[in-house]
Amino acid sequence: MKNTISIGIALMLGVLPPLTFAQEKDATEAEFEKFRTEMEDSNPAELFEMKGEDIWNEKRGPKNVSLAESCDLGKGVGVVKGAYAAMPRYFADAGAVMDAERRIVWCMVEKQGFNFDDIAKKPFQGRNDTSAPDITNLVTYVAMHSKGMPFAVPLDDPKVKDAYLTGKEITKYRAGPYDFSCNTCHGVDGKRIRMQNLPNISTAAGAIKGVQGWPGYRMTGGIMLTHQWRINDCFRQQRFPEPRYASEVITDILTYMTGNANGQIYNGPGIKR
Amino acid sequence: MADRMKIRATMAGDVAEIKVLMAHPMENGQRKDAGQTIPPHFIQNISVEVGGKMVIQGQTGTSVSRNPVFGFKVKDAKAGDKVVITWRDNKGDSRTDTTTIA
Repeated sequence: MKNTISIGIALMLGVLPPLTFAQEKDATEAEFEKFRTEMEDSNPAELFEMKGEDIWNEKRGPKNVSLAESCDLGKGVGVVKGAYAAMPRYFADAGAVMDAERRIVWCMVEKQGFNFDDIAKKPFQGRNDTSAPDITNLVTYVAMHSKGMPFAVPLDDPKVKDAYLTGKEITKYRAGPYDFSCNTCHGVDGKRIRMQNLPNISTAAGAIKGVQGWPGYRMTGGIMLTHQWRINDCFRQQRFPEPRYASEVITDILTYMTGNANGQIYNGPGIKR
Repeated sequence: MADRMKIRATMAGDVAEIKVLMAHPMENGQRKDAGQTIPPHFIQNISVEVGGKMVIQGQTGTSVSRNPVFGFKVKDAKAGDKVVITWRDNKGDSRTDTTTIA
């Protein structure tokens, strides 16, 4: 009798904890989803979008032109509607495949005459900064105008395909003191860091989770961050050397991720914990 | 100069639903940056006028988040009414924005 009880207890101990843990995890996840849906209704990202709109239309830089009258995001000069969801794409005038942020930086340098090094000095909003850099506001503005549209990275363009394949190779590259690759965490299903579930970006279902919600408003600190920042920070977390701002490496990875998410709906700038 | 607010005002049945996003650092005076206390800087007063009538006057403090969102439901309003929202912070800075109920 005593034995049966102790076996019973042992079984309970052995079986129950993982079960409760899984349930708890799902419950937390569901609660968080609810919170996010509620917050998306009045996402402070809209404040950054408004600023971005002003900057987009304002005559700026040494050449005193606005981006609205000079910058082509692939849909014609000044057209922002649907541009974000169709990037990265190849730009013949720049001779390169570019994602939204890299393209806007290119426009600021080539069309408005800004100095690249000045933009690259402070490209992302820091923890204690009360305002975001112009480039972040611009990306948020452009991204907002692809809300509700399907991702359509032109992978049939050989140059874009090439960037896609390079991106795919980079995600396999293991290095750094931890001997990590992107795929160590993001190449298989069911991985997580602490309580954060990690998307498997090699699948369509995972890739959309990875690209959805960028650029995003981070509630911790109340700052606005772009997808370029996300990838940059991934390199930092891997203890890799961080790529220089608006690097081709990041465009390649974004081409791979966004390409995998093709056909799925972009919900616009997101909100993060 | 403070940044624009984003105001959304719509009729839901006979009640006007007003949502406003304010761009403000909302420093609570307890945070530190490189050992130095960041001075408090937060919105102290909010007022909402609908159709020329003051409907809400409120005081807020340091426990409100950065870039806050406020939502109000107002009776006796109709589509086309003018909504005027003003905030004033502890440094004397203020901002007023206007919209009409859709």
